[in-house]
Amino acid sequence: MKLINCPINGVRPVSEFVFGGELREMPDPDQCSDADWATYVHHRNGAPGLKKEWWYHAPSGTWFIAERNTMTEEIVRTYLFGQEEEK
Amino acid sequence: MPYRLLKFALKKEHDEPRFFRALETPKKSYDAVIIGGGGHGLAAAYYLAKDHGITNVAVLERGYIGGGNTGRNTTIVRSNYLTPEGVNFYDASVKIYEGLSEELDLNLFYSTRGHFTLAHTESAMRTMRWRAEVNKHVGVESYVVGPDEIAKACPQLDLSCSGKAPILGALFHAPGSVARHDAVAWGYARGADRLGVEIFQNTEVTGIDVQGGKVAGVQTSRGYIATNRVLSAVAGFTPRVCKMVDVKTPIVIHPLQACVTEPMKPWLDTILVSGSLHVYVSQSSRGELVMGSSLDPYEVHSTRSSLDFVEGLTSHMLDMFPFLSNIKVVRQWAGMADMTPDFAPIMGKTPVDGFYLDAGWGTWGFKATPISGKTMAETIARDKAPELIHSFRLSRFEDYELTGEKGAASVGH
Repeated sequence: MKLINCPINGVRPVSEFVFGGELREMPDPDQCSDADWATYVHHRNGAPGLKKEWWYHAPSGTWFIAERNTMTEEIVRTYLFGQEEEK
Repeated sequence: MPYRLLKFALKKEHDEPRFFRALETPKKSYDAVIIGGGGHGLAAAYYLAKDHGITNVAVLERGYIGGGNTGRNTTIVRSNYLTPEGVNFYDASVKIYEGLSEELDLNLFYSTRGHFTLAHTESAMRTMRWRAEVNKHVGVESYVVGPDEIAKACPQLDLSCSGKAPILGALFHAPGSVARHDAVAWGYARGADRLGVEIFQNTEVTGIDVQGGKVAGVQTSRGYIATNRVLSAVAGFTPRVCKMVDVKTPIVIHPLQACVTEPMKPWLDTILVSGSLHVYVSQSSRGELVMGSSLDPYEVHSTRSSLDFVEGLTSHMLDMFPFLSNIKVVRQWAGMADMTPDFAPIMGKTPVDGFYLDAGWGTWGFKATPISGKTMAETIARDKAPELIHSFRLSRFEDYELTGEKGAASVGH
């Protein structure tokens, strides 16, 4: 069984978690061009690598960030959004 | 034992003809290079040569031909989609498939079985009625049936699904078929090779040379090849190839798993799909049940298998067919599905001149093999995509003209 370390609840089985996609920076909708906005809405970095992703621990309602290698499925570390430096 | 086989076994030289030449050294340049020796890439090569007379073509395959998603799907061919664009496109594919064994002079074991998409809820029934009406409008034989007709076609099915999800009806699709998927790749490979196309296995593309916004060549593990036209038909490797030319797509990769049981006497004539129970199943000509389920829930670029998948799938199979409890699953595998947000493919031209994309085939690629080959060949030959694939263009995302095919995904992905 795969395990994920929830920053609040500790190590839990992967079946308790929901994948939320890659962490992406939203451009300022008032400043950016239509093309840049369409790119933000639709396009994704689909290539494999070490990515920062949103994950959700469903039983406790916790959203957090996991740094995961999408080639090997190895999770390097997990932390709450904005608390990256404290780890 | 047939005399011919005995004689063949005793011979020192085995002169059984190859399907295509075993080439090792590519030429310095080609009129077109196709990355990916799966069904789609090989079909595109075949139609480039046959329909458009472009025979100076190389197909580059990283592994062996048909070893990717072409050989990993559950071999279902159907056209009962939800949007008129989708129905028209997949119907054109079914029509080519029906005569393809003859055209390629190879038995593809193309077997028309009829296809039931089971509905367990009122909302699913509503989608079935919607799909039936769109299909009829376009001229495809699909209609809604009740539990009695399902029981008649498949008496072994527990219509109550162990009491958990009683079946209210189904969308019946008469042309629904299965075919031998590897034979499709091999048939197109042989056809293309005979017309002069060169196929290179174990040949990886490591880079694409773009000069002034135009394709100039490809770097490969067998050296540099100059060409002005490159088709990427690489399914789960699409984001990696697109990165080489800096073309952005919405594609994300999720594994899609499948498995087969040990062979049984024939008992399942039709193809059954249940969206609510996340199962699709047919019986192969060897007697195995070929089964698939929904996508793995998160992005992974690998073809690993998981126990979660077989546990989930088989428990739902037992809801439908309790008598299978002693039957063993003998093989499971995965493919890397290139998913798009609107469950439609991405086909045609890209912002890079001479770089063509045949991608976003997610969980629906095998059935489209002939028509995607034909339409991509036309796109490459004329540098213009035919009307049939206009709504699948990459620029539909910046135009906010998505296709909305999700309602016809075989299971609830």
